[in-house]
Amino acid sequence: MLLKEVLSLMQKDFVLEWRQKYAFNGMLLYVSSTVFVCYLSFGLRSNVLTVPVWNAVLWIILLFTSVNAIAKSFMQENRGRLLYFYSIVSPQGVILSKILYNACLMLVLALICFVFYAFVLGNPVQDVPMFLLSILLGAIGFSTSLTMISGIASKAANSSTLMAVLSFPVIIPMLLMLIKMSKNALDGLDRGASLDELLTLLAINMIVITVSYILFPYLWRS
Amino acid sequence: MKNWWKILAVLLLVFTVVAGLLTEVPRLAILNETIRNLYFHVPMWFGMILILLVSVVYSVKYLRNPSIKNDVIAFEAAKVGILFGVLGIVTGMEWAKFTWGEYWSNDPKQNGAAIGLLLYFAYLVLRSSFAEQQQRARISAVYNIFAFAALIPLLFILPRLTDSLHPGNGGNPGFNSYDLDNRLRLVFYPAVIGWTLLGIWIVNVKSRLELLKQRLYENH
Repeated sequence: MLLKEVLSLMQKDFVLEWRQKYAFNGMLLYVSSTVFVCYLSFGLRSNVLTVPVWNAVLWIILLFTSVNAIAKSFMQENRGRLLYFYSIVSPQGVILSKILYNACLMLVLALICFVFYAFVLGNPVQDVPMFLLSILLGAIGFSTSLTMISGIASKAANSSTLMAVLSFPVIIPMLLMLIKMSKNALDGLDRGASLDELLTLLAINMIVITVSYILFPYLWRS
Repeated sequence: MKNWWKILAVLLLVFTVVAGLLTEVPRLAILNETIRNLYFHVPMWFGMILILLVSVVYSVKYLRNPSIKNDVIAFEAAKVGILFGVLGIVTGMEWAKFTWGEYWSNDPKQNGAAIGLLLYFAYLVLRSSFAEQQQRARISAVYNIFAFAALIPLLFILPRLTDSLHPGNGGNPGFNSYDLDNRLRLVFYPAVIGWTLLGIWIVNVKSRLELLKQRLYENH
């Protein structure tokens, strides 16, 4: 029952996105212009761009992209439609479908960002599958924590400022883990070295999903 | 004697200050007399966690049973928890200046504590951005629980994965490995209980005051 709800809500989100192409194209342009700005600012002195800097800049771009992309997930819904959902589906279905949809959206955006970034600024990654795994985990992690935060922020008056204020402290631990894990992949270290980070990320994701699942009904009611 | 715990708090704190500054402590290299910070810095974090736990419990209670009382206690407890966190970070920085040489040395534990405080400052900002009382209470209760869930990995899991200068991490001896001997314990445990009780006392007084203010406001 819940699964069917989640699937149909996700389908609705995808169809909406496909018809409007508003959020996706906007974010695509955002990603490409940010990467290009980085290219222009680093390109003149390529010796400045060491591997740790390359990694940090990529994750910062991904962080801002995800905050901007996911902030829309509740703000773009108008009141009437939310009221309609409220009467026909369960809140758990709504939050799970939003998390899954945002994870898919972030995954696509992050992959495009990575490919474009590597194309423009060079690709020092030595262990590409591991690096892609860290991007996958990053997409899932960002979408789980930011979806709930965007739900909270959308209730308040100055929601876009609040979104940044609320989300950064929540996301920093995750970001530190991700940067460390992707740094290991960049240096081509043994994959066992990243196991700790991987497990911690999965554990944090599980905590956040569980808490969102329990708490969202209270948020939804207002 | 229903106020026995307040008397206990005062006695324990007087004992902590007097005994903490005057009793014998183990002589250790680098730490020297700064080891006495154990009685003031560490209890702040214990107190912060316990008082924030109180805040979360009242937030859960608010979601199950919305009443002004639960909301006020959750808010006041969060504020006192933040106060303890700030004091913890300040005492830690003071200590770090004398042992590590810098107030802030980019240590994982310091960074974790700073991020944790940011989480709760965001709680204050969130609260102030609602005008309507019931909505403010419900949404900040939701965020409070969410923030506490995010705080747990930050304080208890991440610092253990990285090396740190902090005692107890990365090969540095923790206070309990060899030097938390009975002389230190004798003052440390009363200090933890005393500071925590003081925090609960502040929460108690402040939330009663806040509830009285609201009742006065309603009657006029």
